[in-house]
Amino acid sequence: MAGKTTEAERERWEEEFARAPVRPTVTFDSISGEKIKGLYSPEDLAEFDPEESLGYPGQYPFTRGVHPNMYRGRLWTMRQFAGFGTAEDTNERYRFLFSKGQRDLSVAFDLPTLMGVDSDDARAIGEVGRLGVAVDTIDDMERIFEGLDLNQVSTSMTINAPAAIVLAFYFVVAERQGVPWERVRGTCQNDILKEFHAQNEFVFPPAESVRLVTDTIEFCANHAPKFNPVSISGYHIREAGANAIEELAFTLADGFEYVEQSLARGLSIDEFAPRLSFFFIAHNDFFEEIAKYRAARRIWAKRMRDRYGAKSEASMKLRFHAQTAGSALQAQQPHVNLMRVSYQAMAAVLGGCQSLHTNSMDETLALPSEHAVTLALRTQQVLAFETGAANTVDPLGGSYFIESLTDRMEEAAESIFEHIDKLGGVMKAIETGYFRRVIADSAYRYQREVDRKERIIVGVNDFIDDSAPSVDILKVDLATEHMQVERLKQRKAERNSERLNQCLERVRQAAANGENVMPALIEATRERASVGELTNALADVFGRYPGVPGG
Amino acid sequence: MSPRPPRVVLSKVGLDGHDRGVKVVARALRDAGMEVIYTGLWQTPDRVIRAVADEDADVLGISILSGAHMTLVPILIDLLKKEGLSDVLLVVGGIIPDEDVPKLLDMGVGSVFIPGSSLDSIVEFIHSRVPAKLSGK
Repeated sequence: MAGKTTEAERERWEEEFARAPVRPTVTFDSISGEKIKGLYSPEDLAEFDPEESLGYPGQYPFTRGVHPNMYRGRLWTMRQFAGFGTAEDTNERYRFLFSKGQRDLSVAFDLPTLMGVDSDDARAIGEVGRLGVAVDTIDDMERIFEGLDLNQVSTSMTINAPAAIVLAFYFVVAERQGVPWERVRGTCQNDILKEFHAQNEFVFPPAESVRLVTDTIEFCANHAPKFNPVSISGYHIREAGANAIEELAFTLADGFEYVEQSLARGLSIDEFAPRLSFFFIAHNDFFEEIAKYRAARRIWAKRMRDRYGAKSEASMKLRFHAQTAGSALQAQQPHVNLMRVSYQAMAAVLGGCQSLHTNSMDETLALPSEHAVTLALRTQQVLAFETGAANTVDPLGGSYFIESLTDRMEEAAESIFEHIDKLGGVMKAIETGYFRRVIADSAYRYQREVDRKERIIVGVNDFIDDSAPSVDILKVDLATEHMQVERLKQRKAERNSERLNQCLERVRQAAANGENVMPALIEATRERASVGELTNALADVFGRYPGVPGG
Repeated sequence: MSPRPPRVVLSKVGLDGHDRGVKVVARALRDAGMEVIYTGLWQTPDRVIRAVADEDADVLGISILSGAHMTLVPILIDLLKKEGLSDVLLVVGGIIPDEDVPKLLDMGVGSVFIPGSSLDSIVEFIHSRVPAKLSGK
């Protein structure tokens, strides 16, 4: 018996492969438009050197994962993003999630808070407490965490333009609970660059916005070393329409930009880089997603070591949160979303995520109901405890297909980095509208593929079933807005206006003098300055950014 | 005289920054030969209605993914009436719960397009409604 396949066997396969009938009209390309071959074999890995490309888990270049034993030591954090209505409503939801086994919090703020607008501002009408919790002053923030010990929990906060302000609120909550800042754990999204590319929740101009991010990185490095001051995010870039390769490349390019700005501030790389974290999407194209995470770890490790001179391995490790894709959820036959979320979540776990949010089946209709969030959390628990996916590290490592795809994604990302460099770097590329153009083009291309049925979406362009059951959705009480506005007016009236104005003036001075704004923000928070007042104080100095070229 | 192509103002009202859908729709309507004016983000109802009047639009498309549709759409409809623009076809797209769709249609919205709507269905809807309106002008 021959131990190796013969040339004849290969030729026979090639012939049969070429002759075999192929399903019509569908594409086999990945969502990024990469050509996917019908078979991957040792030939595809002819140049592949596992020692150089993979290494061992927990070791450079971390392709296989950031920990030596990954989920055998500790499972990923099941972190469900939640928040709506008032601080009381959100506090109640957190206690509910705790009773179901969740241990870490993830705060969703409402749109006015995300935009640095107070609930009593005319621009907030109809949106107070609707997509997340309304936070105006430290009193709201404190109420959210009532009965939840900041010594015990880690908190993720999804906020960007006013992130420095909300971070100041969080530190003052810790102070009021008697928890020292050095012990506070958690993550603030605080990734303003992707707001300019994709999500549109920016307030100040790009340079001033990035300066605020750098202030928080510096402040956390000095005072809250267990807190991740920024979560560099591809999620929103992807949701806005980018493909997987663009998500990968734009996110890492943003990461390099924060590193360079922090180095320019005089921080040393190993002082702050270990606390930079990432946030990627988990989308439908199963293998492409897994390859994306693996490529991301390898690219980051190489850059940090070779370009930025990191010495500490902690600086080279790309740790990431994943969330299943909101834009992949469908309004038609919403129960089917459970299956989509399951596969996406599995891709994130096979790709080595550190924490994961699974979307609820009803999110194309409204904020999730308790029933739907419970199922979403249960999806992760089944994945963790029943499927065996967590039993061994990087189970797909060495696969001809996965390794080829990982290499290919790395190459494609590198060529995008070169292009961004040619444009003059990330900040210049924002000004020219580059990112937004690329993302809008990809979004349009994808929708056309779906409309032409080159990509089948179950229940949307095939397998349509108008009799499928609907789901019961969460209704946010319309009285919330009125209540929050009245309460804010009352609180504002109760403050010491002289001390408050002095504090706001200190914030303006710090912003204008180029000193770190965090101490002034914290002092103003103690005087119960609101998110809107602090945002306005910063805008007095920084100005407001009207929008980005590229639509 | 050949009728001019439909003129469509597309807009995002309020603080909601989700603009993937509205930009894709803008491009599809342009590709279908319509004249499209996209106002960009963060518009107030007053500014949207002014754009409709200034552009002499036949159609107003509003994209809302923030859940504020039941607050904002009635304001827009009132303003259209006040400005004598009731003949403008109002179309809403975004995250709209099933139970709100008939309510929006009763208020006078021409159609509601939820996620999963094909671009062609939006184009066809506008074509089916706008030529009839043009003959009256």
